[in-house]
Amino acid sequence: MYKKGLYTIVENRPLTAAVWRMVLAGDTQYIVRPGQFIDIAIDGLFLRRPISVCDWDDSTVTIIYKVVGKGTEAMSHMAPGSVLDCLTGLGNGFATDNGSQSPLLVGGGVGVPPLYNLCKRLTAEGRRPTVVMGFSTAGEIFYREEFEKLGVDVHVATADGSLGVRGLVTDAIDAAAAGFDYIYACGPVPMLRALYDRYDVPGQFSFEERMGCGFGACMGCSCKTKYGNKRICVDGPVLKREEIIW
Amino acid sequence: MVNVCDTGVELCGVRLDNPVIPASGTFGFGREFAEFYDLDILGAISVKGTTREARFGNPTPRIAECRGGVINSVGLQNPGIDAVIGEELPALRRIFHKPIIANISGFSIDEYEECCAKIDHEEQVEIIEVNISCPNVHNGGMSFGTSPGSAAAVTRAVKGVTTKPVFMKLSPNVGDIVSIARACEDAGADGICLINTMLGMRIDTMRRRPVIANKMGGFSGDAIFPIALRMVYQVAGACALPVMGCGGVSCADDVIEMMMAGATAVQVGAANLRDPYACMRIVEELPERMRHLGIERLEDIIGVVK
Repeated sequence: MYKKGLYTIVENRPLTAAVWRMVLAGDTQYIVRPGQFIDIAIDGLFLRRPISVCDWDDSTVTIIYKVVGKGTEAMSHMAPGSVLDCLTGLGNGFATDNGSQSPLLVGGGVGVPPLYNLCKRLTAEGRRPTVVMGFSTAGEIFYREEFEKLGVDVHVATADGSLGVRGLVTDAIDAAAAGFDYIYACGPVPMLRALYDRYDVPGQFSFEERMGCGFGACMGCSCKTKYGNKRICVDGPVLKREEIIW
Repeated sequence: MVNVCDTGVELCGVRLDNPVIPASGTFGFGREFAEFYDLDILGAISVKGTTREARFGNPTPRIAECRGGVINSVGLQNPGIDAVIGEELPALRRIFHKPIIANISGFSIDEYEECCAKIDHEEQVEIIEVNISCPNVHNGGMSFGTSPGSAAAVTRAVKGVTTKPVFMKLSPNVGDIVSIARACEDAGADGICLINTMLGMRIDTMRRRPVIANKMGGFSGDAIFPIALRMVYQVAGACALPVMGCGGVSCADDVIEMMMAGATAVQVGAANLRDPYACMRIVEELPERMRHLGIERLEDIIGVVK
């Protein structure tokens, strides 16, 4: 179930040079699963901007976004108190109703945020998640402490080796994380593909695609799966390992 | 002060409570929008373009943002005519009780004929809209809608197998839109719908390649409104057929402007993607705008601008 509503910015601040955190106050009842997203209308731009939900509570939703184009650039200039028109409750999100006890949560860059509420939920359910995050360089790392405060092991890989394991998330996994029985992942397609190819455990992978509407009407973001054509915006963004066609 | 506001219009004998129709391809089969509002507020719905076989459409990315609109190269993803009749239309009938406009596409005359003949039996389908912007696979991929001869050939074929009013949906990517419309009229079309999207392109300057996997796609949204309006005006002036105007409509004033140019009904496309409530909002805005402009019956303004 998704809905349109107005949300007031209560916080909008940079976490790194290009990555920002925005907290919005408003009706969050339609956000029901980690890994869902909101779709934000921005004045002067035609299409809404889909941004994954990092965390939410009864009255606020937190998103983390990277400034990559006009939409996110405009967002970074928005002041607290500004009101945004958002669609919320979009996408299927991650499902935690599986038998996994020791899941591995893998995020690449701005693929990390949706794993935060997922990690919260998994620890609350008594699972023992391990988190692996990959970034290009130390200066781009964000949310490491926030994950650590949830009481989970956090491993970091940087492509240039400036912090943590040098290389990709798979290098950090091979170096540190053993014994996982499930993978939840969000990040660039090459990262998802590498995880899929390397680790033969069940899992859920969150994809992104250029979207038109964000709620399933325009068929702009379709993909082929073993279970038929799906729309990333409503049937995804999370696909189960067994249905993925690369 | 005008108090009565009659928003009703009639298209080839089909009564619509109002002229506002979500355009094919921007509204699916209605289900997603029913989560936002009661669809029965709409004049009619033009459902997703349907072909003989199920289609995935073009490779992604197939959406590109533009100033004033959006480019899409979805490529007619749909479950095929049999699934549309067997699953989509029955589902739509449960949530929508007003006229349905079927939108049929084809890559050959045979395909148009077969799909239109099948959809003609569907009771709630009151109008058949035939999209002739598709490439003709038997003619080097040239779109049926780009020559009067092929547009007329599709029209004749479809009219031969249907009983419902047939509206030919024209591509704006032509030199002389009036000659295409007249060819459809002479071949027996009951109405004209225009315009489909305009061929456009965007480049990702960082990656130095087109944003859209297919390189080019159909541009729609606010920016094409004046072009659509001009073509509606030209065609409505040159043909005796009723016209459904489409292209960049996003508010009640756009609807009124389209109707003054000659449209009997008005379709709303890309606006649905940004604002899922766009059509509902336009229907609700109409009476107030009519009062403001001294319009008692919306039908009275059709083609008033000569």
